Amino acid sequence: MSVIEVNNLTKYYGKSRGIVDVSFKEEEGEIFGFIGPNGAGKSTTIRLLLSLIHPTKGSAKVFGKDVTTHGPEIRRDIGYLPSEVFYYEGMKVIDLLKYSASFFPGDCTQRMKELSEYMELEMNRRISDLSYGNKKKVGIVQGLLHSPKLLFLDEPTAGLDPLMQRKFFDLIRKENARGVTVFFSSHILGEVQRLCNRVGIIREGKIVEISDIRTLQKNNYKKVRVTAKGLKPADVKLPGVTNLQTEDGTMSFFFKGDINAVVKKIGGLKLEDLTIEEPTLEEIFMHYYE
Amino acid sequence: MSATIYLHEFRTRLKSVLIWSVSIAFLIVFFTSMFSIFVDQAALMNEFLARYPQELRSAFGMDRMDLATVLGFYSFVFMFVQLCLAIQASNYGFGLVSIEESELTADFLMTKPVSRGQILTSKLLAALTSLAITNLVVWGVSVTAIEIFRGGHEYEPGTLILLLLGIVIFQLFFLSVGLAVSLLVKRVRSVTPYALGLGFGMYILSAFSGIFNDVKLELVTPFKHLDAPYIVQHGAYDAPLVLLNLAVTVIALAVSYWLYTRRDIPAVS
Repeated sequence: MSVIEVNNLTKYYGKSRGIVDVSFKEEEGEIFGFIGPNGAGKSTTIRLLLSLIHPTKGSAKVFGKDVTTHGPEIRRDIGYLPSEVFYYEGMKVIDLLKYSASFFPGDCTQRMKELSEYMELEMNRRISDLSYGNKKKVGIVQGLLHSPKLLFLDEPTAGLDPLMQRKFFDLIRKENARGVTVFFSSHILGEVQRLCNRVGIIREGKIVEISDIRTLQKNNYKKVRVTAKGLKPADVKLPGVTNLQTEDGTMSFFFKGDINAVVKKIGGLKLEDLTIEEPTLEEIFMHYYE
Repeated sequence: MSATIYLHEFRTRLKSVLIWSVSIAFLIVFFTSMFSIFVDQAALMNEFLARYPQELRSAFGMDRMDLATVLGFYSFVFMFVQLCLAIQASNYGFGLVSIEESELTADFLMTKPVSRGQILTSKLLAALTSLAITNLVVWGVSVTAIEIFRGGHEYEPGTLILLLLGIVIFQLFFLSVGLAVSLLVKRVRSVTPYALGLGFGMYILSAFSGIFNDVKLELVTPFKHLDAPYIVQHGAYDAPLVLLNLAVTVIALAVSYWLYTRRDIPAVS
């Protein structure tokens, strides 16, 4: 069963575009990466799925239920971590977490404690006294304490130091291993690459590509660097070679096509060094934005 | 209705309720305590007031109140109490859902498993409870102050009860109209100017309607719907106006529910 099913979802804010005809599915247990630059419509999509805003056209289902009619029911099993967190400034961390927990059935005290210890969150401080990174930790604990089945992470790592980011990713992986489905929106491709199984790329409100992260990398360019004495551009002249750059006897280029052709072509050279790499998501990404 | 939200809302507003209640109580005691001075010099006082321009006296309703009687004097005090209550209730009305949005906590609340309708109902009930506390304080302090300072002068308890009973619908009007307006405008950045605007605005409209008595301004303002001098003079409400007041309240509430359940919660920008 698809946990998220989005069909031709469209949102206009007055005349300005939010998203247009967005469709995709996320299966249970997946970590789905949703990438795009700022203003592409990532947050709009998440806010529609949480029914914080209402669609202009199209529909979306979460757990097989329509988000506009079954919002409260759906949200019982959803955790949400926004990119910027804001909480009731006058409250203490512990009171806020208790308030949050009180919306859900069951006792979350034990899990609240475990999560705060893991994230090194001080429970007795006032929200207004917390630094941005610490508020973010409150957000993480708050989003996870009721053991949701689906997690929405909207650029979650902003404000966390690298150490905390790693802990956070470990936490998300652990949750995922328990069967939690994760919808991960980000403009930082490295983290999507580290975490996700599948990605959707959104640009100017429209989905431009949805694919498995492996196939995305495989069906794409290879990055090739060749170092050899007396290397001339003609030595690597092949169909499918782009971005050819020469520097001190080293040539680097992108190649798309049958890799054997490259190997054959450079096989006759006396190589000093050769690397063939998969492109980073970053490089693939730039390609979509050209 | 969610007990969780109700309690949270009620606690958040508790300090404000105490400050308003104590201030209004102080105002009632202070003014009522001057009754004995007024009543001793009633003739002098009425003569003194008669020297003021007619327009000014009617603006304050003083042409229709006899300051030498207990309730005549109290109705004068009551108009200031009404002004405070109007500002307080408008304040709660305008802030009811807009504060969550301007302080960006709306995302937190609305991603919880509660419907918009439940949120609004819980918030409204919490605000009503808060207003009821102030209301009870006004009742208690008014009756006590009158008993202490009336100096043996008689008054009609039924009329006083009518005056005080009017507070509930008076508060409801400002609460619901404030709420509806806050949902009609795009974004309320600060609640206080709106609340002062609605409270004072309605008060001034009522004062003006006293001056140009051919213009029907009393139709819009609750200060006229529940006009203290009228109630004291007639020992009854001006029924059509009270019904109008209730109708506006009901419409404002219906509009609020309609708008709130369809509202797009603005993102952080």
